[in-house]
Amino acid sequence: MNLLLVIPFLVPLVGAAVTLLLRRTPRAQQAASVLVLAAVVVDAALLLAKTAGGTVATSQAGAWEAPLGITIVADALSALLVLVSSVVLLVVLLYAIGQDIGGLSRAMPQVFHPIYLVLTAGVCLSFLAGDLFNLFVGFEVMLTASYALITQAPTRARVRASMIYTVVSLTSSILFLTGVALVYGLTGTVNMADIAEKLGAAPEELRMVLALLFLVVFGIKSALVPMHFWLPDSYPVAITRISAIFAALLTKVAVYAIIRSQTLLFGRDDISAVLLWMAIATMIVGILGALVQDDINRVVAFTLVSHIGYMIFGLGLNTVAGIAGVVIYLVHHIVVQASLFLVNGLIRQYVGHTSLRAVRGLTTVSPALALFFLLPAMSLAGLPPMSGFVAKVALFKAGIEAGGWLVYLGVVAGVLTSLLTLMAIFRIWVRGFWGTPMPDMVEARAQLRSGSSRAGLRFTTAMTGVMVGVGITVAVMAGPLTDIAFTAARELLDPSAYIDAVLQKGPS
Amino acid sequence: MSAPGFILVIAVAVLYSSGFYLLLQRSLMRVVFGITALGHAANISLLLTDEAITLPPLLTGHEGELSDPLPQAMTLTAIVITFGVTTFLLALAYRVWLGDGNDEVPNDVEDRRIKQLSEPEDSA
Repeated sequence: MNLLLVIPFLVPLVGAAVTLLLRRTPRAQQAASVLVLAAVVVDAALLLAKTAGGTVATSQAGAWEAPLGITIVADALSALLVLVSSVVLLVVLLYAIGQDIGGLSRAMPQVFHPIYLVLTAGVCLSFLAGDLFNLFVGFEVMLTASYALITQAPTRARVRASMIYTVVSLTSSILFLTGVALVYGLTGTVNMADIAEKLGAAPEELRMVLALLFLVVFGIKSALVPMHFWLPDSYPVAITRISAIFAALLTKVAVYAIIRSQTLLFGRDDISAVLLWMAIATMIVGILGALVQDDINRVVAFTLVSHIGYMIFGLGLNTVAGIAGVVIYLVHHIVVQASLFLVNGLIRQYVGHTSLRAVRGLTTVSPALALFFLLPAMSLAGLPPMSGFVAKVALFKAGIEAGGWLVYLGVVAGVLTSLLTLMAIFRIWVRGFWGTPMPDMVEARAQLRSGSSRAGLRFTTAMTGVMVGVGITVAVMAGPLTDIAFTAARELLDPSAYIDAVLQKGPS
Repeated sequence: MSAPGFILVIAVAVLYSSGFYLLLQRSLMRVVFGITALGHAANISLLLTDEAITLPPLLTGHEGELSDPLPQAMTLTAIVITFGVTTFLLALAYRVWLGDGNDEVPNDVEDRRIKQLSEPEDSA
């Protein structure tokens, strides 16, 4: 039993129970949540230090040997994603605590903390699951928590939006379960390493159908075009801290699942063309959607859809450099999306809404706010020297190395999407941040500054700054990050180390 | 394939098709029923992975062949999940009904607005 591997989901689950018991003492509850997430961050860092060199760590629950028992696996990709996710979860938690202290949000903190920790457990379990059914359970834990979180501070619009969100997610979960049933019927196992070995003996057509079924399942969850319609309708409606976490993590967990299933389980070359076409469609449709929106939150949600396309493009290349680019992009995008939604939350705190029709002159209202918006936004558009530039260059370089007309088309679509992202951002910048502020905005700000919520306001602004800082750290750490990304990519494309480690040829 | 197995295959087919049909309706109650039917379909297909569906379950002191317990364990987990989420969906549908007085999925306002932009002025 390797404790490092189970802490990321076990401790948050225990923490959820503890915070539920502590619901009458807000301070103790907040301290418990922060402690739990800090523990996960430290644990994830240790795990990454262990796996970054290319070793695969495994843990067999109850000492039942794989493929009979439940296996928890961490390779470089899993460990890296657990680390980045837990850092983002911790910063958003602190932001949420700042909001609660200042009385700036209508969410109920006593409900928020336990569910938030359950969500953490689900995200970490999904990254670390070594068998397909456990991956399903991890997804369900994460999604069930998200169903509850999206209805926090319920208004009519939120209940409507969460209905759409729940029904769509549930449909894809049921398809997922069907996929698990088909795989089990075909191979007699749910252990992913074991499936990888046994699926080769299955008929060609069935393997193709399964690969496509899993692509649809995770495609719905990661909002790939043409399965993206639910996302811009549901994410921006939730309260800030929750849309920040959803945008940063939930779709990325699904992208992780696409990467894992398409490399380890199926590893097919002929799916690449499908992935590339979907990637191109996702990039273009998403960004065109962003250009016509009138609400900052919705613009950012559409750019989220669009940029999922980059990751699928890298996966479609099916080369080490391409998948390494995806890993870098995942890390960059998790942090940048979280920052942008936190900034939107600050705008909502300052002026009450995020509609571009009624927001003007935000630079005058708060210069810090303008800076915190501009840095991640530039990164999203891929301007040097931000992390988005590093990630996009890695992807485009891999694409040009791989060659082929479809790949070149993808690179062109990617460059075009970057430019259009820049345009979408400058639309927000020119309409929302320049000019003289509206009178009601100045008034709202003056009220906030003098009121009791001042400490909370400062704290949330500081936490947004920390998140932007994390984004800059990703750019500064680009060298080591690239090394880890290449290790992860090599492991993904040659899964023999993974399979050996799980099937008892490694330490347990 | 055994006769009970064949009947279950037909049941799965009927449940999937009716489930997806109901999912596409506008009334939220029908959507909830659709989700329930789909959940049953997925659970039965999990059970069907065991060829020996007619054999007795895992028992101590039983002689002869037994059915595979793993699909049953997975089905139980899945039933609990779909059960819990269905209850949550019912609560949501009730909240929608309380708020709006009906449980229909509304038109997408944003889509309507964008469609209007594409139409020439005089035809509007």
